[in-house]
Amino acid sequence: MKRVYVNEKWCLGCHLCEYYCAFAATNKPDIAIALKGKKINPRIRIEENDNISFAVSCRHCDEPLCVKSCITGALARIDGVIAINNDKCIGCYTCILSCPYGAITISEDGVIQKCELCINTHEETPQCVKGCPNGAIVFEERG
Amino acid sequence: MKYEYVIIGNSAAAIGAVEAIRKNDRNGRIAIISSENYHVYSRPLISYLLLKKTNEEKMKYRDDSFYSHHGCELKLNKTAIRINPEKKLVILDDGSDIGYDKLLISTGSSPLIPPIPGLDQVKYKFAFTTLDDAKALENVLKENLRVLIIGAGLIGLKCAEGIRNKGVEIICVDLSPRVLSSILDDESSEIVKKHLEEKNIKLYLGRRIKKIKKNAACFDDGSIIQFDVLVMAAGVKPNISLIRDAGGKTNMGIIINERCQTSIPDIYAAGDCCESIDISSGETKLMALLPNAYMQGECAGMNMSGADYIFDKAVPMNSIDLFGKHIMTAGTYSGRVYYESDGKNYKKLFYSENRLNGFILIDNIEKAGIYTALIRERTPLDTLDFELICKMPGLMAFDREARAEMLGGKDNESART
Repeated sequence: MKRVYVNEKWCLGCHLCEYYCAFAATNKPDIAIALKGKKINPRIRIEENDNISFAVSCRHCDEPLCVKSCITGALARIDGVIAINNDKCIGCYTCILSCPYGAITISEDGVIQKCELCINTHEETPQCVKGCPNGAIVFEERG
Repeated sequence: MKYEYVIIGNSAAAIGAVEAIRKNDRNGRIAIISSENYHVYSRPLISYLLLKKTNEEKMKYRDDSFYSHHGCELKLNKTAIRINPEKKLVILDDGSDIGYDKLLISTGSSPLIPPIPGLDQVKYKFAFTTLDDAKALENVLKENLRVLIIGAGLIGLKCAEGIRNKGVEIICVDLSPRVLSSILDDESSEIVKKHLEEKNIKLYLGRRIKKIKKNAACFDDGSIIQFDVLVMAAGVKPNISLIRDAGGKTNMGIIINERCQTSIPDIYAAGDCCESIDISSGETKLMALLPNAYMQGECAGMNMSGADYIFDKAVPMNSIDLFGKHIMTAGTYSGRVYYESDGKNYKKLFYSENRLNGFILIDNIEKAGIYTALIRERTPLDTLDFELICKMPGLMAFDREARAEMLGGKDNESART
């Protein structure tokens, strides 16, 4: 299946992926209108230090520790995508304690959030990939 | 009646086994035997149910279609009372028996009843581990009642939180002078204790109940506490009798190997009824934790259905929310210490011999799984920037090659266009 891959060699540290991710979650037509005056809480996050930067989002693991550890059954692997059932999440954050990549964060309403490859936006390419100006984030099939 | 797979128990370990079996075997018949009368539900959610943060429908650990979709026959309200390993039969309390090719014992644990004289005379006393426990407790709670909870560990304190809005007075007692004594050290325990007291939970710690006279608990220091309702939350003990009585090896829990096999051929065990090896210390111990139960069940199911699968990375870990405070712990608290605290946010990492052994985090829980992974994988700490990762867990602390593999797969040459 296609996944989001990141190559830090090309990352500019511009954080546009974070903005496009936050935009995708709004389901609004225009990024400026959607995010104006808002503090964003994206599902992809840039780590940066001196002159290194790179984006981190859910790896959609074949053996997902977050899914296996979820105490409510809110996380599941559906057609390869690790998806959240917000209705079932109770906010215990056992998944945050389990994810080796630090790719799960807390949403505004206290349940968890993570990259779901924009499956809910009916886009073929995730917004972070589209928004990356330097090809540091790609959506590809790899072994 | 004979099945390829018989599973005793219907909680996380059982579900892990079913999902694993169906990866390898689409057709083998599976029977699940449960003493309870419920679709699989998440036991840790019973406190959230009383708080009305969830309901019985949302508590279901898997969808309504789970059993039919996975081709399982569910036998509810039936208790397995005996196993005959020679004839490969499970004998039920209704006198019937069920044959198996492969059997999984995922019988969980039962509340530990403290040996207190007079306890049997208490009219309103409850355990707090099952949905029926929670419903029974809720049924008797009325405003202004005084609830005495024996045990200030995970079960007792989650119970206290669950009933916080019922207008009852809540008192927690514990033999230990600390709350959550099995997972917190002195200082972090003190932070949680203060927080609980701010939320009007009364704590009587470091005291033993000598006896109970009707509605009065008499302590060894002479003090007496009156109560209306008693909750027994002094821990759990593994349900091992089926294996023990069949001649299988048991200790505190059922003894299993890294393939979740018991000492009896074709019988596997998983979850709270078992002992596991804690990878952070190498010690064999009871780890009554849902993630561990699922992963052991999965391991058992894989091996039951013909795969060769090992689970040897059990880490004791807890992520709990208590009255709005998030507490995360994992591993073993031994070795040198990295420490940060401002009296509210608290972080302690324990390390020795180039490995992270354990941690305690309060409120400052971001990316905690990166620490857990260092424990689980026994990652040599000299392969990463340990100083940096102590301050802030992140992939930045790993070297470039490790990071490239984590974020790009083995061959991370970008298809940059």
